[in-house]
Amino acid sequence: MADLQAREPLIFELSRPGRGAVTQYPPRVAGTADIPAHLRRAAPPALPEVSELQVVRHFTRLSQMNFSIDTHFYPLGSCTMKYNPKACNTFAMLPEFLGRHPLGPEPQGFMACMYELQEMLQEITGMQAVSLTPMAGAQGEFAGVAMIRAYHRARNDLGRTEIIVPQAAHGTNPATAAMCGCTVKEIPCDANGDVDVDALKAAVGPATAGIMLTNPSTLGVFEHKIAEVARIVHEAGGLLYYDGANLNAILGKVRPGDMGFDVIHMNLHKTFSTPHGGGGPGSGAVGVGARLRPFLPLPIVGKEGARFRWLTERDLPQSIGRLSGFMGNAGVNLRAYVYMRLLGREGMVRVAEFAALNANYLMKRLQAAGFEAAYPTRRASHEFIITLKRENRLYQITAMDVAKRLLDYGFHAPTTYFPLLVPECLLIEPTETETKEELDHFCDAMIAIRREMEQEPEKLSSAPHTMPVRRLDDVRAAKQLDLAWKPAA
Amino acid sequence: MSNIPSDLRYTKSHEWVRPGSNGSVEIGISEHAQGALGDLVFIEVPEVGRAVKAGEACAVVESVKAASDVYSPVSGKVTASNSALATQPELLNQDPYGAGWLFRVQTASSLDDAALMSAADYAKYLADEAH
Amino acid sequence: MAFIPHTPDDIARMLATIGVQSIDDLFDEIPRGLRAGTLGVPTALGEMELGRLMAERAAGDGRPLNFIGAGAYEHHIPAPVWAITTRGEFYSAYTPYQAEASQGTLQLIYEYQSMMCALTGMEVSNASLYDGASALAEACLMAVRANRAANSRRILVPRTVNPTYAQVAQSIAGNQGIVFEPVDFDRTAGRTLLAALEPYSGQDVTALVLQQPNFFGCLEEVDQLTDWAHRNNILVIAVVNPISLALLKAPGEWGERQGGVQGADIVCGEGQPLGVPLSAGGPYFGFMTTRMQYVRQMPGRIVGRTVDVDGRPGFSLTLQAREQHIRRSKATSNICTNQGLLVTAATIYMSLLGAAGLERVAAASMQRTADLTAALSRIAGIKPAFSAPRFHESVLILDRPVAPVLGALSRRGIFGGLDLTDRYPELGNALLICATETKMAADIDAYAGALADIMNPSRAAA
Repeated sequence: MADLQAREPLIFELSRPGRGAVTQYPPRVAGTADIPAHLRRAAPPALPEVSELQVVRHFTRLSQMNFSIDTHFYPLGSCTMKYNPKACNTFAMLPEFLGRHPLGPEPQGFMACMYELQEMLQEITGMQAVSLTPMAGAQGEFAGVAMIRAYHRARNDLGRTEIIVPQAAHGTNPATAAMCGCTVKEIPCDANGDVDVDALKAAVGPATAGIMLTNPSTLGVFEHKIAEVARIVHEAGGLLYYDGANLNAILGKVRPGDMGFDVIHMNLHKTFSTPHGGGGPGSGAVGVGARLRPFLPLPIVGKEGARFRWLTERDLPQSIGRLSGFMGNAGVNLRAYVYMRLLGREGMVRVAEFAALNANYLMKRLQAAGFEAAYPTRRASHEFIITLKRENRLYQITAMDVAKRLLDYGFHAPTTYFPLLVPECLLIEPTETETKEELDHFCDAMIAIRREMEQEPEKLSSAPHTMPVRRLDDVRAAKQLDLAWKPAA
Repeated sequence: MSNIPSDLRYTKSHEWVRPGSNGSVEIGISEHAQGALGDLVFIEVPEVGRAVKAGEACAVVESVKAASDVYSPVSGKVTASNSALATQPELLNQDPYGAGWLFRVQTASSLDDAALMSAADYAKYLADEAH
Repeated sequence: MAFIPHTPDDIARMLATIGVQSIDDLFDEIPRGLRAGTLGVPTALGEMELGRLMAERAAGDGRPLNFIGAGAYEHHIPAPVWAITTRGEFYSAYTPYQAEASQGTLQLIYEYQSMMCALTGMEVSNASLYDGASALAEACLMAVRANRAANSRRILVPRTVNPTYAQVAQSIAGNQGIVFEPVDFDRTAGRTLLAALEPYSGQDVTALVLQQPNFFGCLEEVDQLTDWAHRNNILVIAVVNPISLALLKAPGEWGERQGGVQGADIVCGEGQPLGVPLSAGGPYFGFMTTRMQYVRQMPGRIVGRTVDVDGRPGFSLTLQAREQHIRRSKATSNICTNQGLLVTAATIYMSLLGAAGLERVAAASMQRTADLTAALSRIAGIKPAFSAPRFHESVLILDRPVAPVLGALSRRGIFGGLDLTDRYPELGNALLICATETKMAADIDAYAGALADIMNPSRAAA
């Protein structure tokens, strides 16, 4: 059973006029520099007035209300919640790296790490060049689609404005296509979870800019016909974009470049174990084949002799441009570098192997316990889908009910309701860093929940029972918007 | 089986149309649609006086799980909008064909021209869609 | 093998349960022809050896005395900030989609949103964007969505706005038909003139971007420019420095009250000064605040306070129907992961400093920059560029090319500032300098001494 910290007041409620953490204030500096009266702030901002201990206690207690990888098994499908090695943080926070301004002379030590990271990512993905600048998967996708557009424009093929997206795709895919000024054409998948090749053939044409795919797909299965899909799209004049969210399933086994993809984005905060941080920061590095190399977003690390330097607009005049104020989430990239050096060649190959072993083992055990896999005849990749549509019909419980009840058993819920195609689904990704015992404990909890479904379904529909809060009123949250604490008038 | 009043006409995107007098029509979304969306939290209706074309998105209905566009089934000018929905979006869930109406349009086109289904056809359409 | 806990016994039992002979069998759906060969990456290192390598590389980069600003600012970061932020419960938690299991993160974000509203004088904040530059791009897209009256895709961007921000806005928003028009600045004052905006009066413009302080560190006449924009149905996008808001008028108060509203319409900027280290360029975080009337047009996650079934207060992500995972191609943005860990650090920082502490940081930074500017201007061949009042940066004009001077300073362990020659060739040999509260009088003396020596080498030091 979970055992989390109960309710904590808002920091504003702990505030008292005149209190402050004075040892953190800089000394007063004598002088006459001042702001003209009409530009000066009239009243100080309503920030908390608390002591340093109050701050430490408050935020420590808030942290104790969270589930996290460090404390709980977290099988969130499509998120790859593997162990975040502490060494990654320790080395990335060495004072010389931490204190470095991005606009000074290029720091050769840091740049060496970035250059080697680019090289390793190229090698793993089978691509020709990499840019580390996109700051999350969604920005990486944006860069990928923008590069595809730029490629067609550069060849004066201005009519190519359609991006094909499978129905099962992650929401960022069509959102990104729209942000790039493209229209979206959705195609269905077949009963096996593969892209419907006939639908694809009908969908491609002279307006096709490209297709966005992930392999294994969001349904947790490997696209059997990927070579054929690549051929169809390329022959129609389009390019292939690979959404690397599921790279953990194939790391070291297959390379997207070898599958025919022209551009790939990677989620370093998934496959390469940089911290999820309660919602970021991520890093969405992009890799490209030769065709798209001139269009990579800037800056990129270049090497001249023994010196590293940033490549700029002068070096890549056809670049799609800059996506960040500096060079992306540098510290995140540094953590990914440390992780990859700790894994090395030997460790990287094992990632997909043990991710697949854990996923397939868990799927088999849950099937044996009476749960229905969405694609029972397929191998799990690094994740798999359980559908609760039968249980929903029989007991009127939903995937959300099961997810909430799992919290009471001390497990973070798997991903629910994604992909949208599978009704009442749980997308489960154990990752390779979990022990067999942890997986068995999870199964035990699911078996207990199954029994509750049959005998005491109200325990599920009103779950969770042991969290700091019970089920929250989302409708009220959206209707009666309370989005900020305001001081009493 | 959801409620589908027989005196109204329906679109494939789940809008209903109630013919009034002198080319004025009232528009809303069906009970099926409000059920699929769930509890509505916010509704945006078009401004009075706005010109709309058939098939143009001119309103938005938002729940916690979805935000859907509402398309005008006919071309014309918006003559009225249900301002009560701004503070009580739940009216649409409770009474989608009455108090939950969205807007009215003054149109020159005949309802037979527009691609509108009868209640029976809409019922069949919903049954087919469920497969 | 790094981080993989399986023993041979575990593996054997698991394979038996699955019903295959070997792990390789689990990949039998992947065509043989596609399988990768040996990966050409280095062999694994243990934590100890890697630690030595990283320490060597870091030592090589060293710790120069830093006087560069230009969008990333060196401030003292209190010890508790990262001690708490790197707690595993914050560091390794995911996006708070399962609200009941994430009340810590959600309450923290709610407190962050509240603080950003207080600082900027606005009504609602999101939970962060990637950085200041991309926040501006998102603000431009939002302005086009929000400004129905204008029905335009033209945005005015003064040249006193950070040029990289303008570039990023172009890269991100340019694909959606948005046109960015530059507006020139007054060469003497170093800020935007109303006269440069007047030609756009009554024209087809949706928004005006105003950076305060501007890229040169100068203070813009925000009231006058805001009033002009609002008279012409143009939305104001404010780009602000959060530390400066301890002293400067909040964007929510810019201009006159007109038709019941006052101030900038959308506020954004770079949150890095709030407890986030320079770290070679990132990760930082972008912030965005606005009026309640535009809340549904605002991209990014938003946390709301609500109640649970027992009536107890709690927090959850709200207004998610606007976001990519639901609205898909009609989403306000494609943003999914944002910069949660940095928001954690910033919230702890703002709690520790409070208004009183932030004011001390801002005032000390302003005074140190004034002192540095004065000290360097006393050197022959150096003079200040602009006359407008400034915050904690200033521009100096040198009598010779800037790059070699910066090179010489760098060899003495001093990063003297940013060479503006490429960004603003019309200014000549221009250097952007910054001194924050982290610089003591001795540091300023060291810089001035070194620079004097470089500019006018004495006969003794040949």
